[in-house]
Amino acid sequence: MQNKLQVDKAVRTVLLISASLSIVIVISIFIFIFRSSLPAFKEFGVQGLLGELTWRPANGSFGILAMIVGSVMVTLMALVIGVPLAIATAIFLAEIAPRGVQAVVRPAVQLLAGIPSVVYGLFGMVVLVPLIRRIPVAGNSGYGLLSAAIVLAVMILPTITSISEDAIRAVPRAYTEASLALGATHLQTIFQVLLPAGKSGIVAALILGIGRALGETMAMIMVIGNSVILPAPLDDNPLTVFLSQARTLTGNIAVEINYASGLHASALFATGVVLFMLIMIVNVSAHAFLNRSNASAN
Amino acid sequence: MRKSIVVVFLLAGLLLSACGAAGETGTLSITGSTTVQPLAEKLAESFMSSNPDVQIDVQGGGSSVGVKAAGEGTSDIGMASREVKAEELAQFKNMQVHVIARDGIAIVVNPENSVNDLSLDQIRDIFSGKIVNWSEVGGADAAITVVAREEGSGTRDAFMEMVMGKDALILDNAILQSSNGAVRTVVSTTPNAIAFLSFGYLDESTKALSIGGAAPTEENASSGVYPVVRPLNLLTDGAPEGLVKAFLDFVLSADGQAMVREEGYIPVK
Repeated sequence: MQNKLQVDKAVRTVLLISASLSIVIVISIFIFIFRSSLPAFKEFGVQGLLGELTWRPANGSFGILAMIVGSVMVTLMALVIGVPLAIATAIFLAEIAPRGVQAVVRPAVQLLAGIPSVVYGLFGMVVLVPLIRRIPVAGNSGYGLLSAAIVLAVMILPTITSISEDAIRAVPRAYTEASLALGATHLQTIFQVLLPAGKSGIVAALILGIGRALGETMAMIMVIGNSVILPAPLDDNPLTVFLSQARTLTGNIAVEINYASGLHASALFATGVVLFMLIMIVNVSAHAFLNRSNASAN
Repeated sequence: MRKSIVVVFLLAGLLLSACGAAGETGTLSITGSTTVQPLAEKLAESFMSSNPDVQIDVQGGGSSVGVKAAGEGTSDIGMASREVKAEELAQFKNMQVHVIARDGIAIVVNPENSVNDLSLDQIRDIFSGKIVNWSEVGGADAAITVVAREEGSGTRDAFMEMVMGKDALILDNAILQSSNGAVRTVVSTTPNAIAFLSFGYLDESTKALSIGGAAPTEENASSGVYPVVRPLNLLTDGAPEGLVKAFLDFVLSADGQAMVREEGYIPVK
């Protein structure tokens, strides 16, 4: 009896330590990045780093605004392309596909998650970029936001699909039965009962997708062009902004960290702090959204 | 008497274990340019195999890091794939620069491009964005896609110094890639691209242009006819002595210079 209690206590402690470990890791990473970025923040101020467009380390300009815009734009574009596809796939797998089809589609989607990002980048570089280059706009090199967003959309597809599918499956059977009993069709049930009921899971899927998109590095470096410019239309048609080159926050760090020292390195760490903040903002606002919608549902 | 016999035996044992080695011992640290790094690793490997008691560590980091490491004494030898700047020499007054090889920087275009020769001025205008269409330099009517290395790269620094000069900057919307290999891939898959590449990375996937009539060949680069050639430097704090000197002597020996040629660079001796 005594022995059993001791084991119980020991296991609780081990579990507590495991759970605390991730908190410790997150905090120490943040402290490390923040401390390394302090020299840059001291030298240029928040405004000088976040509010400036010019990034020319050789001349002492370290504005990362263009990279913030680049990261946000390519992530939004990837969501616009990828989310409808991912949720449609999730609905298909959870509600429509017969067992045999599921057995083919689900592993295929999951396999996408296992492809290394450098392979996505290579595919983008040799297949997608030449295709995008065929769009007849002067100055369109193929490298840029559109190529990057398409690659990214495919990369976030498996995450969003599998978590959304779980969310849809987790909706109690009784909801579906009640809806069908009231005379709703299968599709009406999916869109008006299952999706709203599975909302919190689907939002969680979106957050993970956004996190993945903001953090993706290698594939982005290979297809987005890495030019430090604010994305702008290439000609009179405003849509050509999507063909513009850009640089992401992650790309900025990865491309330049090899050679950076002193303030330059510090400014790259500041880029990391901004990335960290962006992901925090996404998480916090998603939680706020979930809490509010749960409150209104009750 | 007994003692001296023991010493003799010990010495004989040491000599036997060294077995024909040149007899250098100790450790060497070499830090700096990622362009010089592969060459330095090959040279270090060969030096260590003939001197088994020597341990040489070669690290990357970039030319600026190499200059700093040698100047501040954190490494025995620094590597730089560009000239040491005047302000760096002013900061580290004892620094000695040893040119161990030369490397041409080629201006490359896609093999489909009909242009074969550009002047230095034309190259500068293309990279700074004054010339934006291939038809302006005798090619097809197509917009030029400029590809370059990222800030801090020794290849970029050398290109800036020798081609762009003081005032011209590489245009903002150039596609930037972070290695010679990635630049080559972009140029070989982009019909209207232009970029600069180390001679060591030239192959049939890109076309290297003549500059003002001088073909990008090793002969032209070593004779000075080809204008864009940079030195690959090893840097020491003060005159080299001991193991550092032995290594530098090896690098500049016939064997060392043969390895320089093997790696695709131009020997200095």
